[in-house]
Amino acid sequence: MSTTRRDFLKTTGALTLAFALPVRLKGATAQAPESAFQPSGMLRIDPDGSVTIWATRTEMGQGVRTSMAMAIAEELEADWSRVKILQASTAPRFGDLGVTGGSQTTLSTTMALRKVGAQAREMLLQAAADTWGVATSECLARDGRIQHPSTKRSLAYGDLVARAGKLSPPPEPPLKAPKDFRILGKDARRLDGPDIVTGRAQFATDIHIPGMLVASIERCPVFGGKVKSFDASATLKVPGVKQVLEVPSGVAVFGEDTWAAFSGREALKVQWDEGPAAKMDSASIRKQYEERLKTPGKVVRQVGDAAQALPKAAKRIKATYDAPFLAHATMEPMVAVADVKPDRCMIWAPTQAPGWILPLVEKLTGLKADHIEVQVTLAGGGFGRRAMADFILDAVACSKAVGAPVKAQWTRPDDFQHDGYRPATLHELEAGLDTQGRPVAWAHRFVGPSIAASNHFPWPPEAVELSGAADLPYDIPNLHVEWGQSDTPVPIWFWRAVPASFNPFVTESFLDELAHAAGKDPLAFRLAHLPKAPQKLGQHTFDPARYRAVLELAAAKAGWHTRKLPKGWGHGIAAHAYLECGTYVAQVAEVEAKAGGGIRVHRMVCAVDCGMALNPGNVKAQMEGGIAFGLSAALHDEITLKDGRVTASSFAEHPILLLPSMPKVEVHIVPSELPPGGVGEPGLPPLAPAVVNAVFAATGKRLRSLPLLPPALRKA
Amino acid sequence: MAEYTLSVNGQSYTVEASPDMPLLWVLRDRIKLTGTKFGCGQGLCGACTVHLGGEAVRSCVTPVSDVGTKRITTIEGLDPHGTHPLQKAWIEVDVAQCGYCQTGQIMTAAALLAKHPKPTDRDIDQAMGENVCRCGTYLRIREAIHRAAGQRKEVAP
Repeated sequence: MSTTRRDFLKTTGALTLAFALPVRLKGATAQAPESAFQPSGMLRIDPDGSVTIWATRTEMGQGVRTSMAMAIAEELEADWSRVKILQASTAPRFGDLGVTGGSQTTLSTTMALRKVGAQAREMLLQAAADTWGVATSECLARDGRIQHPSTKRSLAYGDLVARAGKLSPPPEPPLKAPKDFRILGKDARRLDGPDIVTGRAQFATDIHIPGMLVASIERCPVFGGKVKSFDASATLKVPGVKQVLEVPSGVAVFGEDTWAAFSGREALKVQWDEGPAAKMDSASIRKQYEERLKTPGKVVRQVGDAAQALPKAAKRIKATYDAPFLAHATMEPMVAVADVKPDRCMIWAPTQAPGWILPLVEKLTGLKADHIEVQVTLAGGGFGRRAMADFILDAVACSKAVGAPVKAQWTRPDDFQHDGYRPATLHELEAGLDTQGRPVAWAHRFVGPSIAASNHFPWPPEAVELSGAADLPYDIPNLHVEWGQSDTPVPIWFWRAVPASFNPFVTESFLDELAHAAGKDPLAFRLAHLPKAPQKLGQHTFDPARYRAVLELAAAKAGWHTRKLPKGWGHGIAAHAYLECGTYVAQVAEVEAKAGGGIRVHRMVCAVDCGMALNPGNVKAQMEGGIAFGLSAALHDEITLKDGRVTASSFAEHPILLLPSMPKVEVHIVPSELPPGGVGEPGLPPLAPAVVNAVFAATGKRLRSLPLLPPALRKA
Repeated sequence: MAEYTLSVNGQSYTVEASPDMPLLWVLRDRIKLTGTKFGCGQGLCGACTVHLGGEAVRSCVTPVSDVGTKRITTIEGLDPHGTHPLQKAWIEVDVAQCGYCQTGQIMTAAALLAKHPKPTDRDIDQAMGENVCRCGTYLRIREAIHRAAGQRKEVAP
C-alpha cells in the first residue's frame, strides 16, 4: 500500500479531522464519520464503540503510545480491548508535539491526558443522563458503557456519540482516585505488539509514495568538510540511477530504488575540502582536555570550602576518570521521506522533535509552517538521536532539489560516521576523609564539549553536562564541582541519559573508592552520608528517603550481605536519582572478573522508584533495556577518531551487546502513589558504576576508563 | 539487469534486477514486503533475516542471483494468520520495544525451532547470538522462544 496524493489532499482542508497516515496504521481513516464523538484533537469515539487515541509523543520503544493511551482510557472508563492508537502529526488539531526526550513524557503529559479522558467521560455521562432523563450523579461509566444502576439500564459509548458530540467539554472534570484505577498501574502489553511481530508495523523506511526516489548521500568523512568537486559519470551509468546533485550535506545519488542509489554512490567520485578537522584524532582531543583541566572552569556547585578542607583531611584520595564519545546506533538507520511541492511540504519522519523541525524546514523550503506537515512515524530506536534534524533536512533538501518525493536513506556506515555523539569527558577528583573515615571534602573537576553551545541552544553552555555531578546527593560539608567547556569538531548530541550516562559512572565509582579507603561497606557508607531531609539540588528536590529505599531494596534482593559468591566474583552497588524525571534507581551488579581482563556480568538487581508505575510491565522492560544499553557502553562501545574521521563504520568495528552476554535482570518496583516519573533513561546511569564497583570487589582492581574491555578482549 | 522468478511466501514473482541486488531490496522495494528490515547491509545485525529453503539467511548480503528456485519465506509468510507460536509468544512476553529488529529475531528463532523444537539456552545463544537488539530485549527473546517451544519456564527474570 502507499500513501496517495488523495490522502494528502484530504488532510489539507481547513477542518482537518484526520491526517495523512503512513499507511497500514490499522483503523486509519481519512475522515471521521460525521457521527463520531471527538471531544479532543487526540480522542475519537466512533458509533461502533471503538476508541481511537492519537499519541502526541514519539514511540521509539519506550512504550509511550501504550502508556499515553492508558492514561486517557483510564479516565474515560474505556473498554481497553476497543482502544486503538494512531500517531499525531504537526497538524494544528494536535497542538505542539514538543520533544520526546529526557524521560519527560510521563511526567509532563499524564495529568493532561487524564483530563482528556475525564472530559469525554463526563460528556458521555451527561448524554446518557439526558437520554434517560435522570441526574448524572445516578449514572456510572464503566468498560465503555454508561450504566444507570438503579434501573439496570445501560448504553454503550457508541450509542451516545451523537448526543455527546453536541455537549461542551467541562473545563475541570473530576479525576479518579488512584485506588479506583483499573487500567493504570496494571501490566499492559504494548498496543503495537501484534503489528510488530507480523511485520505490519510501519517505520519511515517502509514508506513508499508513487513517484518517490530514494536518495543516498555521500558526506565528507571529515567533520565540517565541504564538497570541492565530484564526478558522477560512472554513477549515472548504474542502472536505476536517475540523478546526482549536490545538496547541503554532500552529494546525493537519486535512484529509482534503494539499491540503485546505494550502488550509484559506490561509483561516485568526490573531491573534498576536508578543512581543519582533518588533523584531529582521539589522542589530540585527549590532550586538549588535559590542557583544559589545567585551567579554571565554571564552578557549578559549591558547599563550604573544599580547597581549605582537603589539606586538613586525615586521608586524601585522588583519581582520574574518563568516558568516550558514543554513537546511538539505532537499529533503523536514519531515514525520512519528504514531498516538497511549490506550495506545501509533507514529511514522514521518526522524529523525536517535530516542534524543532518546522522552523528549519520553513527556512530550507521558504514555505510557512502552516504549509508544512510532519507525520511522525514509529522510530526504530531513538535514544536522543532522532531529535536531530539532519536526516529530515536531507529528505527535504533532496525532494526540493529533484522535484519529486524522496526517501533519504542512510546506510549503517553513514549512521556510525555522522552521528551526534554522546560527549567524551575527562574528570579529576579529589576527596578527603576524617579520622573516622567520614568524607569531609569532595572536589570534582571535569571537562568536555557543550551540547548546548555546539548546537546553538539558547541555554547556558553547561545546561546538559552536569546531572550526576553537580547534583551529587551525599551530605559532604565541603563540595566543589567545576566544569570546563572544551569544544571539538566532533558533533555532539543528547544520548540516552545524556550527562547521567557518564557523571554517575564517575561519582558513584569514586564514592566507592572512598568507602573502601575508609574501610567501610559501600552500601553502609552511602546510607550513612545521605542528607537527613529533602534537599533542593538545582531546580529539583532530592528526597533521601527514596534514594535510601531503592538502595536498600536492591541490596536486600541481591543478597548484598548474605549471598556468598564464588571466587573471582564480586558485588557492586550504585544509585542515581534522575531528578529531572522524578525517578530513583539503584542497582547491584554480580560480576565475574577474570585475571586476563575478561568481565562477565551475571546478574543485575535493579530497584526503581518511579512514583506510581503506570505500566509496571513497561517499567520492567525499560529497566532491562537501560541495563542492556548501559552494559554495551560500559563494556565495549566507543567512538574513536583518526584523521578527523570516525574509525568505526559497522557493527563489526563497533559491536553492540548481544544475547549471550545479557545478564539475568531482576527488577523490583517500589510501590508508590507519588506522581508517575519517567523510565526510559533512569535504568542506565547506575549500570556502569555498579559493574565497575563489582569488578573492584572481585579483583581489587579499580577501572576508571570506559569502555572497560580493551578491543582485544571484547569477545571475552 | 536480468529477470528472476522468485517463490516468496508461496507466491511466484518475476522481477527485473541487477544480479548483485541483495534479496533484501528485491523484497522491500520491488515486491513491497517491508516486514524484512534493513539494519546494516553488511550481514552483521540480523534485522533482514528471511528463510531461504528453510534456512535463516541474511537477505542484505544474499544476491538475488544466488536465490535460484529456493523457497523464500519472510515474516509476512511465516504464518498465514500471523499466529505462529513464536508470534504469539512474542506478544505474550511483550518482547518488543521499538520493534525494528524483531521480525529478524522471529525469523531466526523460527529456523532454530524447526531444527531444535526444544532448544536449550545454549542452542538459543548460538542461533540468536548475532542478532542485534539495541533496545536490549534479549531476556524476553529467550523467554519467548522457550514459551513457543512449549517449555514451561518462569516469566522473564
